[in-house]
Amino acid sequence: MKEKIKPWLYLLPAVLFLGVFMVYPIVDVFIYSFEEGYNSASQSFFGTGTFNYSYVLHDAYFLRALKNTFIIVIITVPLSTGIALLIALGLSSVKKIKELYQTVFFLPYVTNTLAVGLVFMLLFRKTPYTDGFVNMLLNALGMSTVDFIDGPYWAKMFVMCFYTIWVVMPFKVLILTSAIASVNQDYYKAARVDGTSEFRIFGTITLPMISPMISYLVITGFIGAFKAYSDEVAIFGTDLNSAGMNTIVGYIYDMLYGDSGGYPSYASAAAIILFAVVLTITTINLMVSGGFSVTGKAKK
Amino acid sequence: MSGENNKKDKRRFAGALGQGITHFFLILWAIIVIFPFYWMILTSFKSYASYNSEYVPKLYTLSPTVQNYLSAFTEVPLGRYFLNSVIFTVLTTAIMLVVITLAAYAFARMKFAGKNLVFTIFLSLMMIPNELVIITNFITITDLNLRNTFTGLVLPSVTSVFYIYLLKENFEQVPEELYKAAIVDGTSDFKYLIDVMIPVCRPTMVTITILKVIECWNSYVWPRLITDNSKYFLVSNGIQEIRENGFGRENIPAMMAAVVSVSVPLIVLFFIFRKQIMAGVSRGGTKG
Repeated sequence: MKEKIKPWLYLLPAVLFLGVFMVYPIVDVFIYSFEEGYNSASQSFFGTGTFNYSYVLHDAYFLRALKNTFIIVIITVPLSTGIALLIALGLSSVKKIKELYQTVFFLPYVTNTLAVGLVFMLLFRKTPYTDGFVNMLLNALGMSTVDFIDGPYWAKMFVMCFYTIWVVMPFKVLILTSAIASVNQDYYKAARVDGTSEFRIFGTITLPMISPMISYLVITGFIGAFKAYSDEVAIFGTDLNSAGMNTIVGYIYDMLYGDSGGYPSYASAAAIILFAVVLTITTINLMVSGGFSVTGKAKK
Repeated sequence: MSGENNKKDKRRFAGALGQGITHFFLILWAIIVIFPFYWMILTSFKSYASYNSEYVPKLYTLSPTVQNYLSAFTEVPLGRYFLNSVIFTVLTTAIMLVVITLAAYAFARMKFAGKNLVFTIFLSLMMIPNELVIITNFITITDLNLRNTFTGLVLPSVTSVFYIYLLKENFEQVPEELYKAAIVDGTSDFKYLIDVMIPVCRPTMVTITILKVIECWNSYVWPRLITDNSKYFLVSNGIQEIRENGFGRENIPAMMAAVVSVSVPLIVLFFIFRKQIMAGVSRGGTKG
C-alpha cells in the first residue's frame, strides 16, 4: 500500500501547483470570458454570452493593439530570422575569435530587458535639451532629426522593431549556429572535391539540413512576437495606450489591472482571442513547414 | 604550371576577402550589441551637470564620477529592490528545484498506474501560454490576500513542466542497475535520489538553476500585477518606477547607474557559467 502511494507523494507538489496555477486557470479563463459584467469584488455577474468578445473586438484600443502586434510580428520575425541566419553562417565560416563573437552576441539574452530598454529609449529620444545619439548620427549623415520616442508612429514602430530584434537575436543565432555546426562535415568535403560553388553548397546542403531548425525558430518567433509586451514597456513606459504603442498582451494586462483595469472578463476574452490567433498561425506554420514530425524533432 | 598557381592565389585572395567581409559584418553586429552597454556605463559616470550641458552627446567623459551610483542607492530604494529580487530569486529557484526533482524522479524511476497518462498531461501543459492563466492567477492571489507578499510573488512560478521533462530525461540516463542494486541493499528511494541521482545529474541541475535565476531576475509582468507597494518591487519594476517617478527630476545619469547596477549581476553570472548557459538555452530555453 505504501509503495503505491509513494510515487504520488513525489508528484504531489508538482500536481498541486500545476493544478491550482495552470489547469484550473485555463478552465476558469473560458468561464470568465463568457460571464457578462463580472465584478471581482462581489464575485457576481448578470448574464452569460458573447458580449465580452464583441466589446473587446469593438474597442478601439484593442484594435490598435491588434494592429501594432501584427506589424511587430510581420516585421521582426522574418527580419530577425534572416539576420540570425546570416550571422550564424558568418560565424561558422570565420576562423578567428569565433568564441568571442559568440559570447558578445549572446549578451542581450542575459540582460534585463526593462533596464536595457531604458538605454534604447535614451539613444533614440530627442528632447529640447539634447538630440540624442541616433539623431546625432542622422545629422552627421545629412538627414533631419526625428523624435523616435514621442514622435511619428513609424519612427516609434522602428525603434520598437529594432529593439525587439536586438532582444531575440541571441537565441536565434545560438540555435542556428549549433544547427550549422551539427551538419555532417563529410557532405561539405564531398561537395568541395566535386568543385561545387560555396553558394550552391549553401543551397543544396546547409539550408536543407538546417531547415527544421529554421522552421522551429519561425514558429517560436511568431508565438513570442505575438506576446510582445515587456519590450514595449521598456521603451515607451507603462502607459502604452497614450503612447499609441500598446499590444494585445498589454491590453489584457491593462484590462486586468492598472488605471483602466478591473475587468477580468474583458481581459479573458482578449486573452482567448490572442490564443486563437496564435494557435491558427502556428497551425498554418506547421502545415507549411511540413508537419509535426519535423518540429517534434527540431524541438528535441 | 603557373596558371595552376595563379588559380590558387586567386582562390586564396577570394578566401581572405571573404573572411574580411564576414568579419566586417560580424564586428558591425557586435558593435550594435555592445553599444547600448557602453552607453549606459558611460552615461552612469557622467555628472548630472555635464550630461545636461551636452546638446550633442559626447562619446567619452574626461571627469568620471561615482556620485550617480551613490544617488541610485540612496535617493531611490534601489537597494531594497535588489534585496527583494534576491529573496524572490532564491525562494523561487529553491522551491522549484525541490518540486521538479521529486516529480522528475517519480517519472524516471518509479512505477505506478497511470504514469504515462499523467506525464502526457504534464507535457500538454507546456503548450498553455502564460497570458491565458495569469488572469485567474491574479484573481486567486488577490482573493487569498497575497498581493504585496513574497508568497504571492513566488507561488505561481515554482513549477516548470519543461524543467521536469529535462530532468526526467537526464535521470533516465543513469543506469537502472544502480537503482536495482540500491533497492536490494535496502536503500530508500529518497536516499537514493539524494545520494546518487542528484550528484550524477548535477550538470543539468546547475543549468536549470542558472536559467531559472536569469528568468527570476528579469521577471516583470507577474511582479507588476501582484505588487503595487514599492516595498515589494523587484528590480524590473524598480527600474520602471525610477523611470517614471525617479529622482524628483529627470536625472538620466543616476538612472543609468541604476540600470548598470541591475544588469551587472547577470552579466557576471554569464561570464562565470557561459558554457552551461549557452548549452542550456540551445536545448530549448526560450526567452520569457
